[in-house]
Amino acid sequence: MTTTPANVDVSAAAAAPTRPPLGARLRGRQNQNLWFWVFVGPFVLGLIIFIYIPILWSIYLSFFESYNTVTPTKFVGIGNYLDMLKDESFRSSLGTFIVFALFIVPTTFALSLLTAILVARTRVMQAFFRSVFFLPTACSYVVAALIWKMSIFSGVRSGAANALLGLIGQDSIPWLSVTKPPWYWLVIVSARLWLQVGFYMILFLAALQRISPTLYEAAAIDGASSWQSFRYITLPQLRPTSAAVLLLLLINAFQAFDEFYNILSSFGTYPPYARPPLVYLYYVALGQGQDFGHGSAGAVILTLVILIAALVFNRFFSFRGDD
Amino acid sequence: MSDKTIRAGIDRRHLLTLGGGMAVAGALAACGGNTGRSSSTSAAGSGSGSGSASGGGAKVTLQQWYHQYGEAGTQQAVEGYAKAYTAADVKVTWKPGDYDQTTAASLLTAGGPDVFEYGNGPTIDMIKGGQVVDLSGLLGDAESDFNPAMVKRMTYDGKLWAIPQVVDMQLLVYRKSLLEKAGVTPPETIDDLMAAAKKLTSGDVKGLFLGNDGGVGLMGAPMLFSAGADYLNEDGSFGFDSDGAAAALGKLRELFTSDSLLLGAPKDWYDASALTSGLTAMQFTGLWTFPDLTKGLADDYDCIPWPAMPGGAKSVVVGAYGSCVSAKSTNVDAAKEFVKWLWVDQTDKQLDFATAYGFHIPARASLVPQAKTLQSGPAKDAAAYAQEFGRAQSSVLWTPKCATAFGDMMSKIVKDGADVKAEIAKVKAVAEAEVKRVLS
Repeated sequence: MTTTPANVDVSAAAAAPTRPPLGARLRGRQNQNLWFWVFVGPFVLGLIIFIYIPILWSIYLSFFESYNTVTPTKFVGIGNYLDMLKDESFRSSLGTFIVFALFIVPTTFALSLLTAILVARTRVMQAFFRSVFFLPTACSYVVAALIWKMSIFSGVRSGAANALLGLIGQDSIPWLSVTKPPWYWLVIVSARLWLQVGFYMILFLAALQRISPTLYEAAAIDGASSWQSFRYITLPQLRPTSAAVLLLLLINAFQAFDEFYNILSSFGTYPPYARPPLVYLYYVALGQGQDFGHGSAGAVILTLVILIAALVFNRFFSFRGDD
Repeated sequence: MSDKTIRAGIDRRHLLTLGGGMAVAGALAACGGNTGRSSSTSAAGSGSGSGSASGGGAKVTLQQWYHQYGEAGTQQAVEGYAKAYTAADVKVTWKPGDYDQTTAASLLTAGGPDVFEYGNGPTIDMIKGGQVVDLSGLLGDAESDFNPAMVKRMTYDGKLWAIPQVVDMQLLVYRKSLLEKAGVTPPETIDDLMAAAKKLTSGDVKGLFLGNDGGVGLMGAPMLFSAGADYLNEDGSFGFDSDGAAAALGKLRELFTSDSLLLGAPKDWYDASALTSGLTAMQFTGLWTFPDLTKGLADDYDCIPWPAMPGGAKSVVVGAYGSCVSAKSTNVDAAKEFVKWLWVDQTDKQLDFATAYGFHIPARASLVPQAKTLQSGPAKDAAAYAQEFGRAQSSVLWTPKCATAFGDMMSKIVKDGADVKAEIAKVKAVAEAEVKRVLS
């Protein structure tokens, strides 16, 4: 069998597929890779240019003294971070918004879930109620803020809230002008709930409709009360949706800007109370301040706070489940 | 390599956390990071319109920027002025939107303007950064004719950095009939004013309107002037850690709690409607409301400067857009020539710009008697007040950071009733550090 080695060689060579040219390999089977990049490429590019580069640049700027420039030269180390942490106004705005998040996240969550369940149970005009609750989501935050500020909660008798007070013989309340009692929270929270509840309601509604009716039927046969079916069927089945909604709400709470800015800012200034961190940073870094070093340091600190909050939240409410 | 392995590598929880975190950081970076940077790089690439006069004998081209004025006809007017200038080819750019921010950003680039207007002249950072050129001497013999408060505001370090275009002002306006009915004379002092406000308040009609925030954003400077104080002294040292200033700011708190201030009107202090719709008897507002006031109240209104306290002076707040020349301009001398021509020499155009479209005061006192709109009634008095009692609304060294600290202080004093002196001390710490930073 002297030919064997040769045979082996030949068969090996024959068995080995001819390597396709580099271009074809890069394109992948049925041009899979090519199409992947055709569809994903533009978005990845946008993400890199408009999101990731600014983030990295912002982190870079946070270590420099950069007034009126984004190509700074004077390195200050963690000086900007220390300044921001020492800045009483920034600290108080972070503190306020941790408290705000603790309040607004559960409130929005509970209200959205409640409306979703009510709408899901409604037998008449379900589509109508679903649309009505969802409609505010389509409204601009700015427009809603201005309506809340100028029509509903204006300080004079012609405002809707004060007109109501007038009916029961009460004096007008300048809702947005006084801090004791802090009526401005009523204005902001009501605007925010009106704007947001509908959106999360739709998420819950979709999840509710995916729960198999057989579970409820089985529970009913076992004699479960409606509270028991809610507690032991609905809530556990909503777990993945609830976790996502809570996380979105949490991030949303720290990112508050639009309605706060438009309701509370007055001619060039924003009061020191109910000032979201982003509004404060806006005045530091944009406005006329143009102090990008401190602004970026503040943004990084805020991001870390959100990250920590999200991690803590994940620890207690993780995504385990059978999805 | 299947998709499965990739999926196993990053489980969904981490992906969401990561993606969420990055998206947040992105939004923050967008807000907290960077204005006009991309525009600066691209503008640098595209080159500026201010080409040098390279072709032999060709006229120089100058780029002139204005913010968008609200009054109809203003744009055509400034384009007409530019066209009338023969020594250079002036191209006017009318910029809507965030004028201050885009202009500040464009000054970093070669794509910026040669000549531009800026509120109350260039900022201290522009001056210190060498972004604008010294315009000293352009006023020439006319210097004493310009509104002194505005010239002072646009001067830093003994040099003039901008030329005031037209003057706007804020002052106290009242309804004559309501004061007569209540037996109140126009107040001369802050105490008079507070008594008058109380007397003029009845039910839903309030005595005085200082803005929906109770004067927090608007009245800080006038109250300091009333007490003879200012943000900063001439030498840049802190200007209001005196007993008088503390007392003055305390008066605003008293007013706020007196139930005689109008709060939460549908339109804020810069609109005439609180006066014309009978929500208030007196209002601190701008000269620009006078046409609306005349329309709504005929001659039932008059104006006075903001009253004084012992040791202080009456004041009206004045402000002006100032015409500046960019240091990045390739034709600095030609740009300066043009600015001098338009805003110093061409008095007929200045008069036209101040009075033909909106309700302003010419920056040059000698033009006021020629302004038909300022020849009678409250407007005539107002024009005289601007010259006599005019105070610039801020100091050139008063940076945005100082302004934020000041606003916080005002809110805490007026709305929360915080200790005035303790709050002033907090602003002092911020302001002294800022002035030191700016001057270093």
